[in-house]
Amino acid sequence: MSGGTEIPVRVTKVTPVADRIKRFRFERLDGQPMPYFSGGAHIIVSMNDGRHVRRNAYSLMSPPQDCSAYEISVLHVEDSRGGSAFMHEKVREGDEMKVSYPVNLFQPDWRARKHLLIAGGIGITPFIAMMEQFFREGASFELHYAVRSHDRGAYCQELVERYGPHRVKIYCDAERNFIPLTRLLDSQPLGTHLYVCGPSGMIDGVLKAGLEAGWPEQNLHSERFLSSQPGKPFDIELLRSVKTVHVGHHESMLEAIEAAGVDAPFLCRGGACGQCETAVVACEGRLLHHDVYLSDEEKASGRKVMICVSRFEGNRLSLDL
Amino acid sequence: MAIVFKQETFRDDFTYRNSPENIRRFPFPFDRDEYMYSVNMEPHVKGREGTVFESLIDVDEHYVAEMQDRALVLKEDPLRYQALPHMMTAQWDTLELLMEEQAAGYPEHFTLIRNGDQWRWINRPLGIDDTFTFGDASTLPYEPLEYITRQAQGDFCIVDQRDGNLWMDAGMVTTQADWSLDFDIGMNFMEWHGPVPLAHQIGVFDRALKFLLNLQQGKPTRRFNWTMTINPRLDTSPENYHKWGPDRTTVTSENVGEKVHLRVELQSLWRLPRSNAILFVIRCYLMNMEELVTVPKWARRFPRVLKTLPAELVDYKGLTRYRQTTIDWLSGFDDGAPTSPGIFPD
Repeated sequence: MSGGTEIPVRVTKVTPVADRIKRFRFERLDGQPMPYFSGGAHIIVSMNDGRHVRRNAYSLMSPPQDCSAYEISVLHVEDSRGGSAFMHEKVREGDEMKVSYPVNLFQPDWRARKHLLIAGGIGITPFIAMMEQFFREGASFELHYAVRSHDRGAYCQELVERYGPHRVKIYCDAERNFIPLTRLLDSQPLGTHLYVCGPSGMIDGVLKAGLEAGWPEQNLHSERFLSSQPGKPFDIELLRSVKTVHVGHHESMLEAIEAAGVDAPFLCRGGACGQCETAVVACEGRLLHHDVYLSDEEKASGRKVMICVSRFEGNRLSLDL
Repeated sequence: MAIVFKQETFRDDFTYRNSPENIRRFPFPFDRDEYMYSVNMEPHVKGREGTVFESLIDVDEHYVAEMQDRALVLKEDPLRYQALPHMMTAQWDTLELLMEEQAAGYPEHFTLIRNGDQWRWINRPLGIDDTFTFGDASTLPYEPLEYITRQAQGDFCIVDQRDGNLWMDAGMVTTQADWSLDFDIGMNFMEWHGPVPLAHQIGVFDRALKFLLNLQQGKPTRRFNWTMTINPRLDTSPENYHKWGPDRTTVTSENVGEKVHLRVELQSLWRLPRSNAILFVIRCYLMNMEELVTVPKWARRFPRVLKTLPAELVDYKGLTRYRQTTIDWLSGFDDGAPTSPGIFPD
């Protein structure tokens, strides 16, 4: 498989942590230690529903130095294409699954004098592992965590207890309590790096505010939980494999290509890493680019597509695969 | 099987030689009769016995002598080892990797005993038996990277990943082919590859960078690089150019077999777990022409490769003064017969 080495694991614990959020603990079947990882890393979890394999990325939230198990938290998304629904409804303690080696596309800048973390909702998960690493290494950090309501906010109390109210601040939308972004951005020591993870609108807002407040672009980091969006079905022609593949309403191109038995490269499955970049040979129609990897010029050129999240509308799409 | 470590020098009287067994395991880098740059990367996985791919961190008969030579270089020039402050986690990652791989590959020579954060490291060839606390640099006689790379063959660079680039932020570099860590430290991937001819034009570095940014944990990769060196000198650094540069004028048809060495770098690249940095291992192997021609396939192939080398590369690699002399001498061992594919001896 092109996505990296997979580790067979057993689900040893499933814990409800908040409304529609469950935590899953994975231990290796072979009894070996899990690889260490760096805060901000994610894994790809393979979900086999009997008919086909779905693969979703989830941030690791267990302590990076603890190699006894990996833990992730999954939000049950209403308009999910099935990944989070599968995790919530089908996965039970004792089940065997496969997870990938960790990949980190949201690495802290180790030069930072201070790490300013801004989380929205389930976007908290990468920060839980990051803070554990910062804490062990004696790095300075501060978390500002916005939740919609207290019953939907995961780990609020645990984090305040572990790191203290001076380092962990919770903001609750339902109580009309919001992150004081402007004040935060204006009051950081030189050399602070900012990290934001949460809903797309929040990420856009924080990055924009950061730039407007005069922060260097290099000090602003974000991770979006992109996933393939549902859309109209279409066909793609794979020239090297000499196959035509049908992409269904809830399927991504990558998933359809995999289901057809073609081994396409991938890593993040979220339009961020660039690994699944595929050359477009012919395109009669419109590419719907949903990734954050290709530049605007590359998207406009119509010569490349990220098959993990992007779609197509039109008559004919031929790929170099 | 225990390795018999040689006592030999890489300077002054240059007593370095390869044993016949070591010649057979030399990583001859040419799989065909001509040469050109390419992104020639392949997975760094264990290979067949009796080759340098037997272990992922290779230890051979030159280990002890190379470590002694490194100590001499560092004594004269401590800046051959440098690490920027934010690389401490990556230093520990590297220490773990090199100890684990050496202990796994050569249990008769190296032992690592881990008990939580309390580690004991036994290095029998160098007579070291140290206990320390993993993560606490004050429990080691040197910083972790310097400590372990004084006990591992090859040069080591750790590059930090940020802003869609790779940054040369730590290293131990004493066996280099004419580049300087002190000059390159803090540079990014494009900056430190600045001087290489041809490769930029054909986009080699853009592709290589893209590839490396997605290098995965648990999937190290490798490539070869090569040049030639007069006398078996490991430390061909810009700092010491005055010592080795003039050697290139000393090659004659009488001494070419002994003096001219093929210098091969086996570069392996590893994603480090705790830091997400990348470790570049640049392991240098030297073999003189007399040794090379003891393998008939290599004796036929190497002069053919040298003949097809583009002028820019001849110049960049510093071969101008002695390439023809070397081709002339080697051609006496090339009967024109076809060579078999691949790099290994027949």
